[in-house]
Amino acid sequence: MRVRSVCLAMVMGLVGCGRGTRDGRVHITYWEKWTGFEADAMQRVVDRFNASQTGITVHFMSISGIGRKLLMATAGGNPPDVAGIWSSSLPTYAEHGALVGLDEYCRRAGIGAEDYVPIVWRICQYEGRTWGLPSTPGSTALIWNKEMFRRAGLDPERPPRTIEELDEYAARLTRYDERSNLVHLGFLPTEPGWWNFAWIYYFGGQVWDGTNRILYDTPAGLAMFRWIASYTERYGLNALQQFSAGFGNFASPQNAFLAGKVAMVLQGVWMHNFIEKYAPGLEWGAAPFPAVDGVDPPVVYTEADVLVIPRGAKHADAAFEFIRFVQRPEVMEELCLGQLKASPLRRVSAGFFARHPHPYLGVFYQTMWSRRAFSTPALPIHDEVVREVNIAVDLVRLGQVSPEAAVQQVQRRAQRALDRLLRQRARRREGVGRLSCESSEVGQR
Amino acid sequence: MTGRTWRKVRNGLLFTLPWTVGLLGFIVYPVVASVYHSFCDYSVLRPAVWIGLGNYVDLLQDEVFWIALWNTVVFAVVALPLGIVTAIGLALLLNTKVRGVVVYRTIFFIPSLVPMVTLAMLWMWIFNGRYGILNYVLNGVMRWLHLPWEAPGWLLDPHWAKPALILMGLWGCGHAVVIFLAGLQDIPETLYEAAEIDGANRWQKTWHVTLPMLSPVIYFNLIMGIIGTFQVFAVPYIMTGGGPGRATLFYTMAIFQFAFEDLRMGYASAMAVILFLIIVGLTWLATRVSRGHVHYGGL
Repeated sequence: MRVRSVCLAMVMGLVGCGRGTRDGRVHITYWEKWTGFEADAMQRVVDRFNASQTGITVHFMSISGIGRKLLMATAGGNPPDVAGIWSSSLPTYAEHGALVGLDEYCRRAGIGAEDYVPIVWRICQYEGRTWGLPSTPGSTALIWNKEMFRRAGLDPERPPRTIEELDEYAARLTRYDERSNLVHLGFLPTEPGWWNFAWIYYFGGQVWDGTNRILYDTPAGLAMFRWIASYTERYGLNALQQFSAGFGNFASPQNAFLAGKVAMVLQGVWMHNFIEKYAPGLEWGAAPFPAVDGVDPPVVYTEADVLVIPRGAKHADAAFEFIRFVQRPEVMEELCLGQLKASPLRRVSAGFFARHPHPYLGVFYQTMWSRRAFSTPALPIHDEVVREVNIAVDLVRLGQVSPEAAVQQVQRRAQRALDRLLRQRARRREGVGRLSCESSEVGQR
Repeated sequence: MTGRTWRKVRNGLLFTLPWTVGLLGFIVYPVVASVYHSFCDYSVLRPAVWIGLGNYVDLLQDEVFWIALWNTVVFAVVALPLGIVTAIGLALLLNTKVRGVVVYRTIFFIPSLVPMVTLAMLWMWIFNGRYGILNYVLNGVMRWLHLPWEAPGWLLDPHWAKPALILMGLWGCGHAVVIFLAGLQDIPETLYEAAEIDGANRWQKTWHVTLPMLSPVIYFNLIMGIIGTFQVFAVPYIMTGGGPGRATLFYTMAIFQFAFEDLRMGYASAMAVILFLIIVGLTWLATRVSRGHVHYGGL
């Protein structure tokens, strides 16, 4: 008898994953990629939301590898009600019909472009529709080590303002020991190399024309790859490889910038936290990352964390209520303060900057407003473009391929992916080949 | 059918049910579904659209497919014979009657117990160009011999990344060694005695007795090796992610990229089907070629 009831309880436990609503509230799940203090900050917002009303309870869950899990959960018809994704994956999800459109919700809630820093609002759009609303933005800047500037005889308060100047600074900041091994570098385009695809913007170009053409085979694309090659030529491949083999993990004191091995990097607003944690004494500055001479105003790479409602969510309305709550100025500011980031909102209270511990928050917030602020292009094949650029950069950096060949390779591969996407779209629009594939109805449920 | 046999059949079926359900649900269905989807444009998120041979035609024109296939073939062609020869060599050594041979056997087997991910992390440090122990030793030797060369950057160098992975693959040959050892010990002593009476030396005994008697085991290891090398994934995925460039992008890694990074399930399925055909083909070939060279129990 006891065995049977234990079995029953186990089966109930397995089956009964759905949350009961005995308390009369709608229970919704919220998957988020953050861990640590960023998750804590969001948890506080969730607690505040749950306490602020009686209709909805949000269950916050920190999920590792959220991209793939969300994908599978959505395809399987059992997604969370709210998910926090990176803005760079929003176009892919939207293109594949995996998100609930938010236009109608936003209209009813009176939320619109006028509430946000323009680039942040653009990030939430795909093909003219709104698919998510921001949680916190992450803009980037040139971050430099003032002490290394001083030792090289440079003014620590005056960062380079053009790429040409950056290269000149880099040369002056580089040191060799008596056996001509590198001691430290001024700058290295591939350290940490997270956004190789983005360099083209700093040379006045862009990834694609917005309709049907990839634009790496342009003067800007070529200039970008030549620039990367020039750093290998300057330092020497062997010396560089030996030297960079000693770079540790990003989130560690052995991080090349934190360890004083590289004097300047392109990094995000979050770098402050890592400096505080792993190199507390480091004297640093932040300024808009320089672009090639003549490109003005500042080119600023910006991403954002975005809250979306996956298609198939059981409580989309309740989910939007929560997303809407996060957009309230006072809530948003609390979240951004907790995560030590700038605000995505157009209007920021006077106290926000005063209370914020980030010493260069103004730089990161102001530069997001630049007309040349850009984010991941709204391309569902962006991951493929990024991969092609990364591979080409790798080969150029290693001297395996000339910049000219690299440009051609990226252009060919990325254009091929774009053409495929356009073909898929055309096929969908025309409904050609609609021979149903019944085993894959999952997607539609 | 009498009541009793029926009950037996029923019970038998019931006992095998968990396995049958698992087989049908987790192996048969996915295999059939992936063959089906290989003819579809399928992103997981939208219903699949039948495109006939479209994926296959695209694949043949996709340089990444050919690069991945080439990398895998090179890996297999070098790693497989190297692994088998090393394992046989070790097994022969560990089969000699010396003191403490059990200890040696254990020592050679232990590395293959290290979990794959740990192994990958460990070797990343060994291969590290600046701080790795391998280059420390190599550079030391070169300096000592006054040679002008410097040890390569291994995983960071497109020319050395594949050889590095092949070399470290030998680390896990302990499993094969154990199987070869078991095979060696199965060889009847009488055959060696007969050979000795005929005046065979050590080398002749190995060549004419040991290897033919071991051939079924070699054959088994060869087939398993073909399957294993064509499916190599975890270690390079962790250690190089396919880089530098695409120097270590192996077949299954390309499948993974297409399926889970690019959401091209149909395309990835087509690639998986081709892999299946390649493995079937190679296995058939191995069976064909080894016919007449594999001797079962001296029959």
